Amino acid sequence: MLDFQAMISAIGPELLLALAGLAGVLAGAYMGDRFNGLSFKLGAATLLLAALVVIMNWEGGEAFGGLVTTTPFVNFAKCISFVAGAVTLLMAEGFLKRHETIRYEYPLLVIFASLGMGIILSASNLMTLYMGIETLSLSSYVLASFHRDSIRSSEAGLKYFVLGALASGILLYGISLVYGFTGSTDYGDIASSERTIGLVFGMVLMISGMAFKVSAAPMHVWTPDVYEGAPSPVVAFFATAPKMASMVVFANLLFTAFTGVFEDWQMIIAIIATLSMLIGAFGALIQSNLKRLLGYSSIANMGYALVAVAAGAEYGAAALLVFMTSYVIASIGLFGGVLSMRREGGMVESIDELAGLVRRRTGLALALTILVISVSGFPLAVGFIGKLVVFQAGWNAGLLPLLIVLVLSSVLAFGYYLRIILVMWVKEPVERFQPVGSTVALSVYAAAAACLVLFVFASPFLEWATQASAGFIQ
Amino acid sequence: MGNFPILTAVTFLPLAGALLIMLVQTATGSNGQDEETRGRQSLMAGLIFSAATFLASLVMLVSFEVDAPGYQLVEEVSWFAGIQYKLGIDGMSLLLILLTTLLTPISLIASYGTVKHRLTEYTIAFLVLETFMIGVFCAMDLVLFYVFFEAGLIPMFIIIGVWGGAERIYASFKFFLYTLLGSLFMLAAIVFMYMQAGTSDITVLETYAFAPEVQTWLWLAFFASFAVKLPMFPVHTWLPDAHVQAPTAGSVILAGVLLKMGGYGFLRFSLPMFPDASQFFQPMMFALSVIAIVYASLVAFRQTDMKKLIAYSSVAHMGFVTLGIFSFTEVGVQGAIFQMISHGLISGALFLIVGMVYDRMHTREIAAYGGLVNKMPIYAAIFMLFTMANVGLPGTSGFVGEILTMTGAFQASTWAAAGAALGVIFSAVYMLTLYRRTVFGPVTNPALENITDVGKKDLITITPLIIGTILLGITPNLVFDITRESSLRALQMITGG
Repeated sequence: MLDFQAMISAIGPELLLALAGLAGVLAGAYMGDRFNGLSFKLGAATLLLAALVVIMNWEGGEAFGGLVTTTPFVNFAKCISFVAGAVTLLMAEGFLKRHETIRYEYPLLVIFASLGMGIILSASNLMTLYMGIETLSLSSYVLASFHRDSIRSSEAGLKYFVLGALASGILLYGISLVYGFTGSTDYGDIASSERTIGLVFGMVLMISGMAFKVSAAPMHVWTPDVYEGAPSPVVAFFATAPKMASMVVFANLLFTAFTGVFEDWQMIIAIIATLSMLIGAFGALIQSNLKRLLGYSSIANMGYALVAVAAGAEYGAAALLVFMTSYVIASIGLFGGVLSMRREGGMVESIDELAGLVRRRTGLALALTILVISVSGFPLAVGFIGKLVVFQAGWNAGLLPLLIVLVLSSVLAFGYYLRIILVMWVKEPVERFQPVGSTVALSVYAAAAACLVLFVFASPFLEWATQASAGFIQ
Repeated sequence: MGNFPILTAVTFLPLAGALLIMLVQTATGSNGQDEETRGRQSLMAGLIFSAATFLASLVMLVSFEVDAPGYQLVEEVSWFAGIQYKLGIDGMSLLLILLTTLLTPISLIASYGTVKHRLTEYTIAFLVLETFMIGVFCAMDLVLFYVFFEAGLIPMFIIIGVWGGAERIYASFKFFLYTLLGSLFMLAAIVFMYMQAGTSDITVLETYAFAPEVQTWLWLAFFASFAVKLPMFPVHTWLPDAHVQAPTAGSVILAGVLLKMGGYGFLRFSLPMFPDASQFFQPMMFALSVIAIVYASLVAFRQTDMKKLIAYSSVAHMGFVTLGIFSFTEVGVQGAIFQMISHGLISGALFLIVGMVYDRMHTREIAAYGGLVNKMPIYAAIFMLFTMANVGLPGTSGFVGEILTMTGAFQASTWAAAGAALGVIFSAVYMLTLYRRTVFGPVTNPALENITDVGKKDLITITPLIIGTILLGITPNLVFDITRESSLRALQMITGG
């Protein structure tokens, strides 16, 4: 007997996205190019609606005989991911219009990618997880090479595809090992099964596959290249919504399915986190291309998030949500900044192009300064609170060596974040940027404002995250 | 008055001014006026706001009850996860806030006519900095304190980096990263204390007894931050660079207020919260203080740049502060607080004095001057006063601070006091040499022929500092009455009171 109400509460948002995506394909087939402009607004509206459906079904539920289970923890991530997807979609429109690649396929791909995110977040079975990951990844590969006439974009797409396929293979191999040794693909069954060497082996392979998806070291090598090569609005999307979703899925998988082998994976995650924090920070120090720098910075930030994961479900779950949310907000704004860097003859990406921005566009420079401050974890913006709770989580879990690396990596990070501020404020101004439309500017200002507001009124934000993670605390 | 949140008002008034200036300047655009005119308008507006802040802080002084123990004018709002937005003052913080609100308008006046480009941003940076400085001195919650403490770095970083000298980028980075590295250790300690005690309320933590072995580590973490900020030997090397490169007003604030945060931190946190560790590290602190005093004085003597000389003299004078604090005697701690206030006035004045001739000659090389007394008699008199104050001549505030810190140190360790006394002699050597080479003698540099004496603006900036220096030198009890309760509280855990 199919309980329709329970099914809606578990997979309502995914149903909505799937139906909207299919409707979009049909509309595109009938309307052709006339659908191009409209599709972006409709796509963003659909994503926001999906976020609303998530909020309405906050407590979640179970569907398809346990293949799908939603909890407030994953709903939190869904909500942020969908909103981030909507915002980055709106930011993309102007960019694509100017590059004459505005096509309705773009929002459709974003919707299908978001569908994938929804599925992996809801997954409580390894099969569901894998299907969702493939939905997300395949859409992402196409998005990365969306500028099909540009060599860099095609190269980015191909690199992403080859390495991503390899990672999917590793993940699938891990899944098959786990299934072979536990006899089930259900999270709950895996959690209650006995620890065998095969299970641990499979888990390690799965961790490797997931590390690729969240671009954690040593599976990070694709990140800077894809960030640099893919079209900027696509990178804005990659850096926000899928990052949030994949990281929370990663944590959810470890916290629920592999909770029985906590000691085994804690060490691995700690090593991955250490490597990510160091490689990200050192790598970013020497970059002159802003997009590459943000790529390395995202590696370092994933390292910080993994510290929260390594702290375990009880301490780390809420911290992870807070940190990732603050990171996503700052990233949206920073990529809005990247999208604003347009001059006669196209986009520019070098940090030096920001020289003297404060003289030319005071508001933009101020907003970017706030965003950089936030993402660096300096007090004054919500990024500080994100890092503080991660630090607390690590402390509670007794991960002292990890915290030392976190502090050192943060100091290094200030080195390159500070350089961005310095270039904007100190260097002699260069030619003014061309206007890029109000959506991008609005997103930058809104993100900067959100960074400050969430810092001052941190309490409700933290409480929300704590309540969402309450299920993990026994 | 009743429940009016005076501390919040004083803290955020400059920030409100900065926002207003920014909004007005953005809204009006560049309608017809050139940038310089608009910049001057911003500076005037900033001056009005900082003057209003000074007046508001005087209200604070009036409503402060001298003999009442504990913190006063406390405001409390819950922030997040048990961390509070809590402000409060005692005598020590009251005086340091007054110093801040006094020096900020003075620095803005000093910038009038000398800083020519991007005055609007300059004013905004100073006002934002003022908010954070005041916040540091009245925060009653560790995390809030940390936020203000760190946040102040950004405006100072921009002030040095944008309006500084030729090597400004290097100096601003050095300043920022040195301070930041120290502060992150402090952050780790703060998180630990918050976890252990379950609160980050300073008033509660003051009486919370951490285990002695834990105290050692916490003390070291706080030390890392405050020693850099103060600065103490051997982590003082950022200071001369920052001072030389900073614009005059930046140097005044840096020496006058930012350095005091280190001494404030030792008194507010290290002594009451980690009494055992403080006692354990007393010999080390004495040694570092005496080294700072003697070594920095010797280095100061060899400088050819006036600002660098005064910067090293600051390091030496801050040595007296740590010496007094770690004597654990009432007289020593009182002297240390006094020395902080007094040094804020004197070093601020000395940087203004260097700035005056720099504006006229555009060099700070001592060798480029000589015989200034012939051309600038009033200037020479003012310079003489502050030279003597810096040396510690009786009748000036410099004397009181040095004699009391040394008295305190003498009770704890004769050797330390003897070493510090050596520093007093050295300070006379380098200050008098500086004075002789710049002011006395014949005019050798032909460029000095047409130099003009101090103007109205210079007098406006320096007069409050002259009054302060002499007033405190003659009636030091004005300060001691206010800071007695603070000193006793800083010591109560150590002396078992």
